[in-house]
Parts: sequence; structure tokens; C-alpha cells
Amino acid sequence: MIDFVQIAAVDPDFFKDRSGGGCIQDNNLFCPGWVVDNYDRYVDPTLQHLVLVLSAVGIGFAIAFSLAILAHRRRWLASPFLAATGVLYTIPSISFFFLLLPLTGRGTTTAIIALTAFTLQIIFRNVLTGLRNVPVEVTEAARGIGYTPKQMLWRVEIPLAMPEIVAGLRIATVSTVALATLAVFANGGGLGGEIISGSNLTFKTGIIVAGSIAVVMAILFDALILLLGRLLTPWKRAAAL
Amino acid sequence: MTAFASAPVAAFGLFGDAFNFVFSGREAATGGVQVGGPDAVFDLAVKQVEVTLLALGVAILLALPVGLILGHRGRGEFVAVTAGNAGRAIPELALIALMATAVGVGLFNLVVALAILGIPPILTNTFVGIRQVDRSSVEAAKGMGMSNREIITKVELPLAIPTIMGGVRTASINIIATATIAPLAGVLTLGDLIISRNVYGDAGVLAGAVLVALLALSLELALSGIQWALTSKGLKLQRA
Repeated sequence: MIDFVQIAAVDPDFFKDRSGGGCIQDNNLFCPGWVVDNYDRYVDPTLQHLVLVLSAVGIGFAIAFSLAILAHRRRWLASPFLAATGVLYTIPSISFFFLLLPLTGRGTTTAIIALTAFTLQIIFRNVLTGLRNVPVEVTEAARGIGYTPKQMLWRVEIPLAMPEIVAGLRIATVSTVALATLAVFANGGGLGGEIISGSNLTFKTGIIVAGSIAVVMAILFDALILLLGRLLTPWKRAAAL
Repeated sequence: MTAFASAPVAAFGLFGDAFNFVFSGREAATGGVQVGGPDAVFDLAVKQVEVTLLALGVAILLALPVGLILGHRGRGEFVAVTAGNAGRAIPELALIALMATAVGVGLFNLVVALAILGIPPILTNTFVGIRQVDRSSVEAAKGMGMSNREIITKVELPLAIPTIMGGVRTASINIIATATIAPLAGVLTLGDLIISRNVYGDAGVLAGAVLVALLALSLELALSGIQWALTSKGLKLQRA
């Protein structure tokens, strides 16, 4: 019944001219020889995956951050923004891709829009919580020494909200790396294509390698953002000493 | 100009096709047989709800007691928090594909795979929710002579419900989204309409997308209703 050829055409030389030996035929859980000979086929999907994740999280952060600042200034906006981003978060990405079908068709743009929509709620919620958790005494003191609302936001509130902002960014990024494997269904590229190829051929190694690249990518992003957060909050390190 | 003008019309047309697909069906893109129609679509929807609720149930049954006990004893924080972080990094597609290829297709294996996705957020949120309960409330309960069991069920659990339900809702969103690609694991859900475009055509794909979205939103609404019903009156008053 299911035919994935349309989604991810398996290229005919998947197994040809490769010196993987008997372990390809055995098709045990993992065939190292095949990976050594075929690692190059993962380069493009990995780069595409990176583009999907960076675009979605980058655009998502810009939108959600602005919405959160707006909702911080005008409190009544928080509820409608939460509800709207909540709906976008709840709609499964794979469904979102095809809701966009009549508007943007199939392709990377569609995938990025759907993945961006998913990140909004996570980032919005965290930024807003961070801004709201800034102690009143601190903002009072800042006002007392003559900070304008704009200075207050950029020099006091955002820096103090940084831990929550970074936490939200980490969750959004790691989730998006995993979710972007589904972009293949929207013809959006990424590591999902290799997972589907492996699945079509019931070749476990192919699935495991592509899945592992995604997991490693998620872990690296997580560590990178964590590091970035430390650099942006030097006073925390001073306090720890 | 024409491209601009025709885009909304085309969009409307495809939504009309999707509507017809659900309510009266159409000939398969591969020719011959009739696909779609209310009965077939309803069966797929029921299957999707069934696997989602089964997996969510299994995930709650496994993760909730562990989270409650770890949280109550204040132990295993590393395990509970790491589980939550690691869970997010699992690519849903790889999990389903590997389950189908390495373990086998079928309802049981699918439910196991979906439950694996649901466990981390429930475990982490239960643990965090219980730990966040004010220690003085627990001390007061001890002073009143409550047993450990009573403290968990009568004090910690009610106070942690909002956080725990947050985890359950995250889990349900992950599970119902992944249940959409269940046809990869040999279980036909609404996702089949989306994935098997060569059979159902774009009308079927769009119909599937709309129905999956509606289903996910309904589940989320139902869970927020359950959360409201489970939250104690005292906590509701505090918020108001």
C-alpha cells in the first residue's frame, strides 16, 4: 500500500561498487564497513538539515522574542499570544507541511515555515517568564538612577532574563533538530531522506547512521547554546567563584 | 498578476477537493479502486486516536509512579532531568523506522515506540513538580501523622498536578504527531492519507493534514479540560 518512492527516491547505486562485504547482506544492526564506504552520502543531507534547523530557530527566535517583549510591555497581549503560539505548537509538523501545500507547495520553504511555527511557543514562553521574573527592586533601582524604558529593557531586564531565554533556545533547537527529520515528507531535504531510504530497503545501518547524526547534532547545538549562555551571563560565573 | 490572483483560487479549489475526498471519496490516483469517503477516513481517525491513547496511557503508567517516588525521595534528579533532555533529541522518524525494520511492524511495536517518546516529558515534569512542592507543606503533613503514601497522594500529587499535566500534554503532542507516521510501522492511521500521496492524491494529503491538525488540537483541548478538573479548588482560587 505504501510506496515511498515519490518521497525519497532510493538511488540505484546504494549498494553498488562498495566494498562493504558480507555485513551488508547480513543486515545486522550496524555495518561499519558500509559506513566507511558511504559516509559521503550523508554530507549533503547533514548540511540541508543544518540549514533547516538554523533557519527555523533563527526566524522563530526573532519572532518569538519580539512577541515576548511586546507582551511584556502590554500585559493583555500575553494571553492571545500564548494561545496563538500554542495552536501552532500543537499542530503536528507533518500536518502543517501539507496545510501549507496550497500556499507554498512542497520544498524547503514549506518545511522551514512549519518548523518555525513549532519553535514559537517554547521561545515565547521562556523569554516572557524570564522578563517577568526580574525582581521589582532591580527595575525600581534602574528607574531610580534614570534609565529610560529602552535602556531598562536592554541593560537590565534582558540580561537578567538570559538564563530562561537560553533554556528556551536550547529546548527549541534540540526539538527542531529531531523534528526536521520529517521535512523529507515536504520535499524539504535533511537527514529524513536517508532514514526513509534505509527504511525502504529495510537496511538498519542506513537508519541508524542518519538518526545518530541528528542526535549528535542536537547534542552539539545544546552544548554550544549552553556555552553561549555562560558567556552572556559573566556575573553568574563570578557569583559561583 | 495572474499568479497572484490564481493562488487563492487554487488554494480554495484544493481545500474543496479535500472536503470532497472526506465526504464522498474519489478514485485512487493509481486508478480503479475508490478511496476516501467518510467510512474509510473515520476508520483511519479511530486508529490514530486508539494508538495515541494507548501509548499515552502506557507512558503515564510507567513514568508517573517512577517520577512520584523519585520526587518524593528527592533522589535520581540526574536521571529524571537527563531523560527529559535526551528524549527531545530522539528523531521520531528514525525511531519509528528503526522499530519497524529492526524489531518488526505492528500495533504492539508501534505503541512501544510511541510510549518511549511520551515517557521523558512525563517523568521529568512529575519529578520537577513534586520537588517544587513547598517543603513546609510536606512537613505539616508529616506532623499530622500522614504516611508516606498519604503525603504523596494527598499533598504532593495535587500540588504538582499543573506541572505533571504540562508533561502529559507535551507527551501527547509528541505521540499524536508521531502516530501520523505510523503507516511506516505498518499501522494505518490518518497519516496514511498524507504519506501515500500516490494513492490518495493531493486532495487526500490535504484532507489528512487538516484532520490530523484538528485531532491534535481536540486532544490538547481535552487534556487541558482534564487538567482543570484535576486541579484542586485551592490552587484555582490562588490563581484567580
